[in-house]
Amino acid sequence: MKSLNVRRILMSLAAPVLALVVAFVVTSLVLVAVGDPVGEVWKTILAVPKPRQGVNIINAASVFYISAIAVAVGFRMNLFNIGVDGQYRVAVFAAAVFAGQGWLPGWLNIIVSILIAMVAGGLWASIAAYLKVKRGVSEVISTIMLNAIATGVVSWLLLKVADRKEGSNSIETKTIPDSSQLEGFKLIPGATNRVYTLLILAVLVGLLYWFVLGKTRFGFDLRATGRSETAAVASGVKVPRMVVTAMIASGALAGLVGMPLLFGQDHNYGTTFQSGLGFAGIGIALLGRNNAVGIAFGALLWAFLDVQSNALQIQAGVAQELVNIIQGVILFAVVIAYELIRRADKRIEQSRVASELAAQRRAAPATEGAPA
Amino acid sequence: MRHTMKVAAVMSVAALTLAACGDSGNDPGTSGSSSSTTKKSGLKVGMAYDVGGRGDQSFNDSAAAGLDKAKSELGVDTKEAAAVNGENEAAREERLQQLVDADYTHVVAVGFAYAAAVGKVAKANPDVHFAIVDDASDDSKGPNVDQITFAENEGSFLVGAAAAMKSKTGHIGFVGGVNVPLIKKFEAGYIAGAKAVNPAIKVDSQYLTQPPDFSGFGDPAKGKTAADGMYQKGADVVYHAAGGSGGGVFTAAKAAGKLAIGVDSDQALTAPADVRSVIMTSMIKKVDVAVYDFIKSAADGKEKTGNNIYDLKAGGVDYSTTGGAIDDIKAKLDDYKAKIIAGEIKVPVTP
Repeated sequence: MKSLNVRRILMSLAAPVLALVVAFVVTSLVLVAVGDPVGEVWKTILAVPKPRQGVNIINAASVFYISAIAVAVGFRMNLFNIGVDGQYRVAVFAAAVFAGQGWLPGWLNIIVSILIAMVAGGLWASIAAYLKVKRGVSEVISTIMLNAIATGVVSWLLLKVADRKEGSNSIETKTIPDSSQLEGFKLIPGATNRVYTLLILAVLVGLLYWFVLGKTRFGFDLRATGRSETAAVASGVKVPRMVVTAMIASGALAGLVGMPLLFGQDHNYGTTFQSGLGFAGIGIALLGRNNAVGIAFGALLWAFLDVQSNALQIQAGVAQELVNIIQGVILFAVVIAYELIRRADKRIEQSRVASELAAQRRAAPATEGAPA
Repeated sequence: MRHTMKVAAVMSVAALTLAACGDSGNDPGTSGSSSSTTKKSGLKVGMAYDVGGRGDQSFNDSAAAGLDKAKSELGVDTKEAAAVNGENEAAREERLQQLVDADYTHVVAVGFAYAAAVGKVAKANPDVHFAIVDDASDDSKGPNVDQITFAENEGSFLVGAAAAMKSKTGHIGFVGGVNVPLIKKFEAGYIAGAKAVNPAIKVDSQYLTQPPDFSGFGDPAKGKTAADGMYQKGADVVYHAAGGSGGGVFTAAKAAGKLAIGVDSDQALTAPADVRSVIMTSMIKKVDVAVYDFIKSAADGKEKTGNNIYDLKAGGVDYSTTGGAIDDIKAKLDDYKAKIIAGEIKVPVTP
């Protein structure tokens, strides 16, 4: 049993490592093909991050992590919530508008705003859930459309509530009061910037995900529905209700994505707020195999690549978007590698069982003859 | 399984070899990138572009032109980096800080998206001088920051007046790229200028996208659709403040046999040759002059700080006469120009 576990761990590590190697080779070939300095690029990307960049990596990873977990909740039930991107933007806008008013003091304002974000994200996701359950509309289609609608709705509302600062050309919601701005932790010595206080939120989300999906009846039902809907129905799971619950849970978690940014960095929602986090989450959930720990590594890798790529233009004279190629190849490779490893694992398992059976059969004639 | 491992092993070896090759091949000669023969001022200027970077034929390119001029005339060392669409605030700060870390003594941030980042990084690096284009807010304010803004409304007033004088139908149009306060400033000036000439004039206004969707600054198809509609409804001059989408406006003007007005640079010189004939004038926003000013003053030992407004008076905005289409009304336009400079006409900033 123990050797099996070791094998399983090795097997699950093999795929990501393989994917990284493939990404490295493919990216290098791309660089060679267009005549960019290969060595300089890798030296820049793989350089040891400065303390300041370390902080940025942790910060970016915490946001990616929440996004990926939100996606993973759906994935575990075979629901492709492409809509995390729209859900987090609707949510962070709602929270930013509320928090900006400063009706509540300090932490109370933050906590209520976070709850508002979860409700907003959940409500936005519930539209897709309703359409799927009542009208049979694929959540892939509806969430993609809802993303576009979210962009329109949020920008229209933003223009209504925008708080224009003197001399500024950006439009943003009212800045949240000082008492509700989180200063952050001094986690890395020597860094001038700080780690988001709401890193805690990412940790809590991870623990909750691991506990609810792995240790509760609800989590079991959810995973069972994802594996085989008919089997789940047979064992008494109400599938439509599970769809609605999982989708809304996914949306509520998506609502948390922008919170570390809102309270730890931007302090308002405006035209310069980070976008595309929902799509990054899909990739990271895939990379981390929907596993709470795996996703953490995936998020850190993504954040590492993002932060390190910033120096590419300055150090190596190569467009920063190169890192998108790396990330894309990693995703492709990891999907293929997981399948290869799964097949290899199956083959090993089969040959192991076969050899055990053969050994039993070889031992069997002797016992048969004994009583005579 | 064995097969998979073999493949993996081969790949990793290949990757390592490749990396090694790259390293040994590139080490010599990468440092000391500039070997210009012009006189050296010792200044090192880093430039952080907005999304699109050098080559957008619009805003960023105008800033790049200023940098290029400084490079050839003052012999400064330069380094450029562009923003990525939808990036994090921390990424903008990091980009500026990276330029500082690489010993650039002067850093130019192009675009108001950098406002907060400039404020923060400038505070952390008091010995480095910064310039930010299109922002004069408290976010970016500092003793070592040159806040560059333009009176786009004043320049737009003049082309609005020109449009009204040239319009035969008494109906003109405005196409804005993205519905943001900055572009509203163009619209406000344009309408005010047109109304000054013909109080009864009809002005159609349309914005291509709403923020945070900034594709309206780079989508010629959207620009063409909007302008087509205006020409069909009877407008005979359309002014665009839509960056790269403006190309579509010119195409529509050409197809309709009507006129268009360019923006930012003298587009009768920079637009594709086949549509230049429809561009009667352009509202020029001299980002290049402002960027060059910042570097030139630094080279002269007089650092520029505070909010420097490039208006009509300072020659920061103007209208172009390339092509000769407005030569007959130039005297009247210059009259308006003088009145604005003298303060007799106050141009609004919001429509």
